[in-house]
Amino acid sequence: MDINRTHRSFVSYIDKGRNYYEAQGYERPHEWAHFDEVPFARLDKPLSDCRVGVVTTANKAAMQGPRSTKLFAALNRESGHLHTDMAWDRDATHTDDPETYLPVARLSECVERGTIGSISERFYGAPTDYSKRTTLQDDAPQIEAWMREDGVDVALLVPI
Amino acid sequence: MSLVARYLESVGIPTVIVASARDIVEECGVPRLLFVDFPLGNPCGKPWDVEMQSDVIGSALNLLDNAWTPRTTVQHPAIWDSEHDAEWRAQYMRVGDDNRTALASAGKTRREAQAARKLP
Repeated sequence: MDINRTHRSFVSYIDKGRNYYEAQGYERPHEWAHFDEVPFARLDKPLSDCRVGVVTTANKAAMQGPRSTKLFAALNRESGHLHTDMAWDRDATHTDDPETYLPVARLSECVERGTIGSISERFYGAPTDYSKRTTLQDDAPQIEAWMREDGVDVALLVPI
Repeated sequence: MSLVARYLESVGIPTVIVASARDIVEECGVPRLLFVDFPLGNPCGKPWDVEMQSDVIGSALNLLDNAWTPRTTVQHPAIWDSEHDAEWRAQYMRVGDDNRTALASAGKTRREAQAARKLP
């Protein structure tokens, strides 16, 4: 393997996306979120006692579906029936195995091993929204409310 | 998803993100990121590769448990495809002289379809 590089190895999706949509004739580049300050919550009990809740960007219906198909709480047995028609690399891989983006079975194995206390009976869908305000004022508080109902202690977030 | 993580942290729920778009997540700023250098679509490991998936999830939980400061990024050591990683990285959202006209045309068609949907 060549150990010399002139550019970073991992993909910059900000740079590639800006160039890609500019080539498609979009005049205003997407503005990504940036914050200088980052909140930080500490675990208040051992991980082995914690209940884990999973958040996904997969949807309950095709992309054009209503908002309720993107912002939702669903039972874990529904994890294999989601839509993944958002942007991802269709040339390099596929999403036929739901565990690659919504790891309910792998987390259940962690419960059996005692790494975590339990997994929430529901997982949560978070819309990929262009509006940062909608995400912060509507979606995130709703997901928090569902997590409180389900006794979730810690969250595993998995954007496809 | 990074915004959701930030919100949950602000109300006292610790989070970890498992993601492949490292630059987007780090630009936003999150408490804990497990970066997996995979093509978009399979952040939790390769399809049907239970061993890799278990290792990714185990690493995410380990990060959740052990990070002591925000903006902690850990890169999972798994390699997607040691012989072809350069190819998928280059190919995704590629813009070149050979596809520039097609991209411009696709964008125009998409905007026209969007405009048509907005008409009463």
